Amino acid sequence: MKALAARRHHRLAPVVLLLLALLTTGGIYAALAPSTANAETVSTADIETGKKLFQANCATCHGANAEGTDGVPSLVGVGAAAVDFQVSTGRMPMQMSGPQAQAKPRQFGDEDTAALAAYVASLGAGPAIPTDDQVDAAQGDAANGMALFRTNCAMCHNAVGAGGALSEGKFAPSLWETSERNIYQAMLTGPQSMPVFNDANITPDEKRDIVAFLVEQREGSAGGNALGSLGPVSEGLWAFAIGLGLLIGAAVWIGAKSS
Amino acid sequence: MAQQQRPTTRVGKAADYLDQRTSIGALVNQLARKVFPDHWSFMLGEIALFSFVVLIASGFFLTMFFEPSMALVRFEGEHPAAMQGQLMSAAFRSTVEMSFEVRGGLLMRQIHHWAALIFVGSIVLHMFRIFFTGAFRKPREVNWLVGALMLVLALAAGFSGYSLPDDVLSGNGLRIIDGVVKSIPLIGSYLSFLVFGGEFPGEHIIPRLFTLHIFVIPGLLIALIALHLFLMVLQKHTQYPGGGRTDRNVVGYPALPVYVAKMTGNFFIIAGVLTLMGATMAINNVWNYGPYDPSPVSAGTQPDWYILFVDGALRLMPGPGWEWVIGGYTLSMNLLIPAVVVPGILFTLLFAWPFVEARVTGDRGEHHVLDRPRNRPVRTAMGVALFVAFMVCALAATNDLIATHFSLSIFAITWVLRVLLIVGPVLAFWVTKRVCLGLQRKDRELVLHGHESGRIVRFANGEYVEVHTPLDEQERWLRVSYESPAPLEIAPLTDSRGVRRAGYRSERRWQRLSRFFYEDRVEPVTPAELEAAHAAHAHGRHAQVERPAAAVGAGTERPPQERA
Repeated sequence: MKALAARRHHRLAPVVLLLLALLTTGGIYAALAPSTANAETVSTADIETGKKLFQANCATCHGANAEGTDGVPSLVGVGAAAVDFQVSTGRMPMQMSGPQAQAKPRQFGDEDTAALAAYVASLGAGPAIPTDDQVDAAQGDAANGMALFRTNCAMCHNAVGAGGALSEGKFAPSLWETSERNIYQAMLTGPQSMPVFNDANITPDEKRDIVAFLVEQREGSAGGNALGSLGPVSEGLWAFAIGLGLLIGAAVWIGAKSS
Repeated sequence: MAQQQRPTTRVGKAADYLDQRTSIGALVNQLARKVFPDHWSFMLGEIALFSFVVLIASGFFLTMFFEPSMALVRFEGEHPAAMQGQLMSAAFRSTVEMSFEVRGGLLMRQIHHWAALIFVGSIVLHMFRIFFTGAFRKPREVNWLVGALMLVLALAAGFSGYSLPDDVLSGNGLRIIDGVVKSIPLIGSYLSFLVFGGEFPGEHIIPRLFTLHIFVIPGLLIALIALHLFLMVLQKHTQYPGGGRTDRNVVGYPALPVYVAKMTGNFFIIAGVLTLMGATMAINNVWNYGPYDPSPVSAGTQPDWYILFVDGALRLMPGPGWEWVIGGYTLSMNLLIPAVVVPGILFTLLFAWPFVEARVTGDRGEHHVLDRPRNRPVRTAMGVALFVAFMVCALAATNDLIATHFSLSIFAITWVLRVLLIVGPVLAFWVTKRVCLGLQRKDRELVLHGHESGRIVRFANGEYVEVHTPLDEQERWLRVSYESPAPLEIAPLTDSRGVRRAGYRSERRWQRLSRFFYEDRVEPVTPAELEAAHAAHAHGRHAQVERPAAAVGAGTERPPQERA
């Protein structure tokens, strides 16, 4: 110990310290970093089924080995979460081309979707499907979720997730019908025009807070009918349609009574 | 005798007590017998008045709980869950607390906000009625100005109130106002610093808006409402044209008991509807938007409906190329044009209209009988054109909602509306004017030939004629008792001695404007024409009457005819 203390003013000491610090940070990161390629309990049989499903339903656009074609993205490395999001919301397989793939009744059941996800995940490491615990709204903090939603999501999805317009016919959908798992997956994988919010950007706990905030919105807001939660435009429309409609109706009635 | 006149009832005794001390009886007597004409559209102003009463009452309640401060505080309440532990301004916290903790607080807030929307809405509809029926003509020009001023104040009241809760939505609105103020050449930045007490958002704007909203603006409004009503009583109410109604009489019912009963009833209906709306329809749930922070802007950010046209004009204005840097100073035409020039044009037109119209009509007479909109084609067409421009701008402000709800591209909507903003009003003007002229010609036909009865008569010589039933007195009065002004006649350029007249050029300009107004017109049927038509009908020579009448209709397209 004494020898070490004596050498602490050595001119190479800072270099050694720096190397040690780098080693420690790297080591901690390696240990704590979000493990993207989750070694799930998927059998090779699942992957085989998934491959067959993929070749029958997806390969036309995404290529025989999911390598992508002109204007169609490669699926190598998108992970199981992306597949589960796109297929379970019915966005994929796409029915028609347009500004963006739209949600529709899903085409594959849970098992087939899982098989497809397993196959695509086997092609390259990517985000895994979140666990039930990760998307449990009851464990999230809605207040923190709202603050995060306001700065990261509301500019496209509206303050309470009613949806909004994007450029050239694209749009950010309403989030009131979206399942907790799908909300989480969308943040993780950034489907279509949506940016990816990786776990360094918004941590898994924070993602769960956002899910909690959105789940709270399903119950509506205080004060009566929310009128679509679209803000002053729908309020103005109803002020004229109901308020002034009734009042002018009453005025006509009062005016007609005497004449 | 004296014994007989003593009142016996309690009310009578109280009235007598008051009268002996104030001699108010004569005034009450006069007012009670004052006659008002009856029509549903005369109650639009009443809706505005009574929603203002509701606004004052509910606003009074809200001031008991609102804290006009931008001090940073932490929310410690239970509800709503999304606000727990968040940092916010005291103004925002008190708004949320009065909604969730104060009994009836949310109801009052919602009534207040709905009443505000209805207040401005009914003012605008009331103004439409005044405009299209020509109720602003002499002697009521001053009252029109008072009304237009109240519209400006109502917008100011609405906008200042909308901003008070200090939420993200209204904060974005204030940020736009800040940008607009800064775009004003030379004084912009100084003005913005003056308004916000430093760089936006500062710490002063909420208390300042509060003072404006609860003290200055309502005070001015109450004073102007009093003046507005006083002038209305003094000048007497206008009436729609009809049998026996002239500029020298008022046909209607006495204030007491008819109108007092009707007005009281209407007040309860209005207060009832507003309460019902406040109780069942959520409005401006500020906890959904969150406390103001200059960084976030959420999708669907719009002002209340009456400011939509400014927002829409801003959205329609192309950005690139309109920000000019002159000698190191930036001139933001992309803000100045839509947010300062457009409302400037609108309000200049509103304030100037009665005077411009009187000038081009050469009209100095008093008018108490209203115009039917068709009888003033250019005025009506201008009103509709202005309305269309307003609507296009308002729709542009909702372009994102139109895009999502009708699956359209937001760029396409913007371009369509840009074109419509130029083309729409012109088209609306032309169509409306044609419709008005057409309706006037139809009136002429009706007066001259009567209603089609559907009875076809065949004469011995084989000619078929449809029998027309003549109009009754009331119907005819409505269709012939209007003025159709001709364009101004001006003295020639030189006087009798061949000297050029001063002021000729200005008169010439007014004449041109006057021609624009009154060149195309349809004259009302004169007694002589009516007699000729009747005489022709009496002889069964229907076919002969048809031709001159048609010629008159067509002739109105040309410069004015001379008619005795």
